[in-house]
Amino acid sequence: MHIERHEIEKLATLARIAINEDTISDVTARLSSVLDLVDQLQAIDTDGVAPMSHPMQSTQRLREDEVTELNQREALQAVAPDIEEGLFLVPKVIE
Amino acid sequence: MSSWETVIGLEVHVQLATKTKIFSGASTTFGAEPNTQACAIDLAMPGTLPVLNKQAVHYAVMFGLAIDAEIAKESAFERKNYFYPDLPKGYQTTQLEKPIVGRGNVEIQLADGRTKNVRIHHAHLEEDAGKSLHEGDFRHGVSGIDLNRAGTPLIEIVSEPDMSNAEEAIAFAKKLHSIVTSIGICDGEMSQGSMRFDVNVSVRRTGAAELGTRTETKNLNSFKFMEECIAKEVERQIDLIEDGGTVLQETRLYNGDTKVARSMRSKEEANDYRYFPCPDLLPVILTDETIEELRRNLPELPDARQARFVAQYGLSDYDAGILAYDSAMAAYFEVATARSGSAKLVANWTMGELAARLNSEDISIVKSPVTAEQLAGLITRIADNSISGKMAKEVFEGIWDGEGNADDIIETRDLKQVSDSGALEQIVAEVLAANQAMVDDYINTDEAKRKKKLGGFMGQIMKASKGQANPQQVNQILAKKLSELL
Amino acid sequence: MHNLTIAELIKGLQSKEFSSIELTQHFLDRIMTLNPAYNAVITITAENALKTAAVADKRLAAGNAPALCGVPILHKDIFCTRDVRTSCGSKMLDNFIPPYNATVVENFERDGVVVLGKTNMDEFAMGSSNETSFYGAVINPWAVDCVPGGSSGGSAAAIAARLAPGATATDTGGSIRQPAALCGITGLKPTYGRVSRWGMIAFASSLDQGGPMARTAEDCALLLHSMAGFDEKDSTCIDHEVPDYSATLGNSISGLRIGVPKEYFSEGLDVGTEQAVRVALAVLEAQGAELVEISLPNTGLSVPAYYVIAPAEASANLSRFDGVKYGYRCEDPKDLQDLYSRTRAEGFGEEVQRRILIGTYCLSAGYYDAYYGKAQQVRQLIKQDFTSAFKEIDVIMGPTCPSPAFKFGSKGDDPVAMYLEDIYTIATNLAGLPGMSVPCGMVDDKPVGLQIIGNYFDEALMLNIAHQYQQTTDWHNAVPKGIL
Repeated sequence: MHIERHEIEKLATLARIAINEDTISDVTARLSSVLDLVDQLQAIDTDGVAPMSHPMQSTQRLREDEVTELNQREALQAVAPDIEEGLFLVPKVIE
Repeated sequence: MSSWETVIGLEVHVQLATKTKIFSGASTTFGAEPNTQACAIDLAMPGTLPVLNKQAVHYAVMFGLAIDAEIAKESAFERKNYFYPDLPKGYQTTQLEKPIVGRGNVEIQLADGRTKNVRIHHAHLEEDAGKSLHEGDFRHGVSGIDLNRAGTPLIEIVSEPDMSNAEEAIAFAKKLHSIVTSIGICDGEMSQGSMRFDVNVSVRRTGAAELGTRTETKNLNSFKFMEECIAKEVERQIDLIEDGGTVLQETRLYNGDTKVARSMRSKEEANDYRYFPCPDLLPVILTDETIEELRRNLPELPDARQARFVAQYGLSDYDAGILAYDSAMAAYFEVATARSGSAKLVANWTMGELAARLNSEDISIVKSPVTAEQLAGLITRIADNSISGKMAKEVFEGIWDGEGNADDIIETRDLKQVSDSGALEQIVAEVLAANQAMVDDYINTDEAKRKKKLGGFMGQIMKASKGQANPQQVNQILAKKLSELL
Repeated sequence: MHNLTIAELIKGLQSKEFSSIELTQHFLDRIMTLNPAYNAVITITAENALKTAAVADKRLAAGNAPALCGVPILHKDIFCTRDVRTSCGSKMLDNFIPPYNATVVENFERDGVVVLGKTNMDEFAMGSSNETSFYGAVINPWAVDCVPGGSSGGSAAAIAARLAPGATATDTGGSIRQPAALCGITGLKPTYGRVSRWGMIAFASSLDQGGPMARTAEDCALLLHSMAGFDEKDSTCIDHEVPDYSATLGNSISGLRIGVPKEYFSEGLDVGTEQAVRVALAVLEAQGAELVEISLPNTGLSVPAYYVIAPAEASANLSRFDGVKYGYRCEDPKDLQDLYSRTRAEGFGEEVQRRILIGTYCLSAGYYDAYYGKAQQVRQLIKQDFTSAFKEIDVIMGPTCPSPAFKFGSKGDDPVAMYLEDIYTIATNLAGLPGMSVPCGMVDDKPVGLQIIGNYFDEALMLNIAHQYQQTTDWHNAVPKGIL
């Protein structure tokens, strides 16, 4: 499957990964190679086969509604890149 | 305008009143210091995993039962992928293919007495996002992220586009509010964002088969804003089309303070949410036993409560509806009625004086300065004729201002109504004696017009009694005495 | 001491032949001296290790200490360790110090196990050669110009070089078994849900599973017993009793039916590797097992299905690395989008970026059904292959990898050449089955692995078979040249 450059750009935007001009053709070529590999799936007849999301046929366990996590802000924010007044700071969010 | 019709559908986010988050054991209490209720799971720290809150699942099922919907015996979670600072994992865990609540129905009552059915397409469980704070003392061009709300359980209720004007949309929204608060799955605090409405609006020429292009205005958190926003949006779309333009499918925001609506451009860039089944969560299975147990324990629904209020208390349909749809008001009414034994008086006062005061000061009935017990005390004194209606308003003000219970205020302000007929006869006699000119005038007036003259005597008598005379008794005594003079 | 197995070390500790402190210091010294040649260990926790060892010695002196008390191991740097950097082999988490432990780490702590440090790995466990680590490649102790395999290459090389007697590892598509094979050690990927994933940094959540690496099956049995078990913090962890794996190691394997899939011996398999595996099968046959040729017809589809499902899950799992809450953040972002896209472009290496892009592609509008939906259906077919096979046989065996350790850079620019390295291991992850690699020979002085695939929760049987095999063979005792 040949993937077009503009598709790579769209993917990069969706995935929030900056791709620079120097590497985009390499990225495109290698991604195309992987897509050739996975395109083998297209030839397989899977009519009526149930999709499988989980390896085990198990069901979701439910947790009791009890507070188990107390305030750990200091410990959790010790590894944060930019903090002020207990808030995580980011460049201005525009809605 | 008459050549246009409006089509409205709602998506309603309801915060569930659980103690903890949908996927973590962190508290959901509103108003905590920023990020003090965001645990490692809520912050999407590496290696952390979600475990589903049982109460959130049960609340969702209760909602489904309340709207007579199909409950999915097997539901599942998907990941909805997008980047936003208030979304710590970079995806929202939600339900798409197999929501927990299927098709249901909500009946709404309209002002003209009609009822209308609004179909529910489905309702699903999902997690709330955090908040971006744009104001504050941070550096210029910076937003602060508070993730306390991240992971709060929500149900998103999606209606069919069955509403055709703002009145119906508001009635539907209020009915949902009534249902979720009545069954206790949401605190209903709109100002804290406990219920938020996304409104889908489109217009079309009357009789047109095709739906028009719709816009979605997101995150309205008051009925008033919703009403304003729908009116503005309908007008905008009609103007646009009549001027030869076309409506763009877009997401919009409405600012209730400035009354300005605008397009939300950031949401417009080619969204592709790449939903896929969440591999960290397994299918949620509900047994018949669980569903039946929740059904048996489902609190009274607003419609049932309304019917009961009519049957049990002899209220009109209308009054019963107003009281029954607000579960807090209903509870207040029932407590005050039980204490005073006068359902109709309690109903009138609750919907009248009390509601007006609460409304004007924007206080919820749960926090009313006049408690149900205190109102019952006041009603008891009205019912036994101790005080007049006018005095009762004064006493009510006193209770509101924290001066004590009805009896204390009647006592200290000496407001007790004079109903002793001997005392009243004496006052009437004195007033007649002191106002011979008025008496003469009354006698000389044509019989047909004499009734109009009574008011003058009443005023004098009430004045003489310092307003404490029982007016009905005064009327009788006065009529008797005057007729004796003829 | 470093040539003793864990089972032997336990005897030494319990008979007070040496203390845990002495043992720990010995391995720490070896790591200090020898690790620079292999780059297998990227964080050394000497101080903590000696503290734990001192406590372990007290517990040992008091008697009734758990079996593994005082034994030193290494953790793959994918398991979160409280107050100790957990990088996942990535620049993105080079500065990340978690305030919590993975459940696996907790379990070992409970049993008094000493942690010497953290091992190198392919970035976010994405790789089969350990060449994608931010901390540089790991050298295979058997051949210094060859890769140790991946993604748990650091753990495997460290054990081969006798820097630790055992280590934790994870396996998403072969990341325990392939490096175990290439480094001549024993490694076990348990049944999905057997070991808690809490605190194990996710690559592909429906495929990831933690497991032990050691020199022998006997040692793996001891380590797995401590690691495994129900954890209420992981919704996918299964509440299934943990058997005493050591107790059944001595069982006879006479009458065991071994399925030998013909698809595992087809083109692409190195001749020497095939020979070694055939000989190993013959050894087991001589011990009373019966070889049954079987077919797993959809084996060839496991690599393409995997390279849709794993990247799709990874593309979402790795979205949390956005420079906001923890980890790497680019310098002077000009706006929010710049913060995201530059943080992720600078913080993730090439292979990780590639897999995120592939996953994004396979899930995107218009492609979901053709790729992700289809891969999920093929996954079902692959699982059905195994389900039918296990009706006739007890275990499945074949090679772990198509060839022994390959040279650095030899897979070239084409990522697919590297992906095919996992052709025999990936299917078990898709099915959720347990798999194991046991040293079974040498080709060109490089180790070859025999793969044992069990039915769900049959780890005890697999360990039993491997142990019986190791009773009559010596491959697991081979020492790389230059390692004394």
